[in-house]
Amino acid sequence: MSSMQKSSITLTVNGHNHELVAEPRKLLVDALREDLRLTGTHVGCEHGVCGACTVLVDGLPVRACLTYAIQMEGHEVSTIESVAVDGQLSALQQALHEEHGLQCGFCTPGIVMTFEAFLKENPEPSEAEIRDALSGNLCRCTGYQNIVKAIQKAAEQMRKAPDYVAP
Amino acid sequence: MKPAAFAYSRPDSLEEALRQLAASGESAKVIAGGQSLGPMLNMRLATPTELIDLNDLTELAYIRDAGDALEIGALTRHEQLAGSALVQAQCPLLAQAARTIGHYAIRQRGTLGGSLAHADPAAQLPLIAVTLQARIEVVNSRGRRSVPASDFFLSAMTTALAADEIILSVRFPKLQAGEGTSFQLFNRRHGDFAIVAVAASVALAGERAARLRLGLIGMGAVPLSCDDIVRPFAGRVADAAWAAEVALAVREAMAPEDDPRIPALYRKELAHTLVERALLRAIERAQG
Repeated sequence: MSSMQKSSITLTVNGHNHELVAEPRKLLVDALREDLRLTGTHVGCEHGVCGACTVLVDGLPVRACLTYAIQMEGHEVSTIESVAVDGQLSALQQALHEEHGLQCGFCTPGIVMTFEAFLKENPEPSEAEIRDALSGNLCRCTGYQNIVKAIQKAAEQMRKAPDYVAP
Repeated sequence: MKPAAFAYSRPDSLEEALRQLAASGESAKVIAGGQSLGPMLNMRLATPTELIDLNDLTELAYIRDAGDALEIGALTRHEQLAGSALVQAQCPLLAQAARTIGHYAIRQRGTLGGSLAHADPAAQLPLIAVTLQARIEVVNSRGRRSVPASDFFLSAMTTALAADEIILSVRFPKLQAGEGTSFQLFNRRHGDFAIVAVAASVALAGERAARLRLGLIGMGAVPLSCDDIVRPFAGRVADAAWAAEVALAVREAMAPEDDPRIPALYRKELAHTLVERALLRAIERAQG
């Protein structure tokens, strides 16, 4: 049993190991933003409803406000900072840009991380399936229409990619 | 908000987890998916001084064919329940209900054992456990016991689990030949907790309902089994008129709490509609 006091925690984020010193109660999202300075992950409601803080843990979408940094030792965390490679947007990011799938952008990192995982698992989703998955990410600007269009477009682009392999 | 301070451990064996829990007693809380406990900690509705994290006990994440039942480990995530071909085939009610829990990201973390132990009055999995008369296997450092779901849920967020016990697994009876099931849920926003939800199982012998099981949430502090209410309807021809009669009887027997936001009458009307819909769908499926 660790104490309530600060201790050293090793986090693997976007393929790199980071050491930080934090109490067990430190939320993963706060560790990412405050200790690792990865401020792309946003923190909204802090109780799992809004989806803004969604990151991937071992490839699956997880609320970073409902997990504590200390729980993530031994797991791989991926954040929005890992999605574009050398400034090259992912198909999903590009589609959100082209389809005006964001306005203020606060919810966007959570939506990108949710659907980077979702489209791997379900590369040919129906609109209803997209809307079902999107229901866990609140957006107060767009009305969702263009987000749905962007996800459909991204799915199509991803299926056409030369390295695409159906799951 | 941020949680109050707690000490943390992540035991790597069940024995160690039980030993720690026995030593800590009421001041400790076990955490699995954390999708209900997390918000309660963050809002300081729960302030345990120790958190025992069960996520490394991967031996508790399994779905197993156990003869006349499916045995499902407590650490099985909702998304695994919803997506499992075995659950879809042998206990479709469970798969269907699991698919409606929260949202995609929530279902990746939330667990079967966690949902039962948390015992939210509006949660899906306690309803399925009560309706199907599942058995909940629990354990502490001294031994195991098996609790029928009907004895497990005592009140809102209160169960028969002792402070030193955790849930090991749940045994859900398999779908029988001639049996059809249906889960119906109503809420105002997709992914929210149910205002009312209904789980129904109809086993047909020819045209007649040989056995009928019905459970509801949204009527009180715990999932409500309607087995006593629907017993007189067993043995009769299960057609649309029958389903309407059962639904009316259930509606009349319900006495949900009156709430300015959700009046009792509204809940009764929802129960009426959803019971009828669930029975018709279950009959359809029972007929294949």
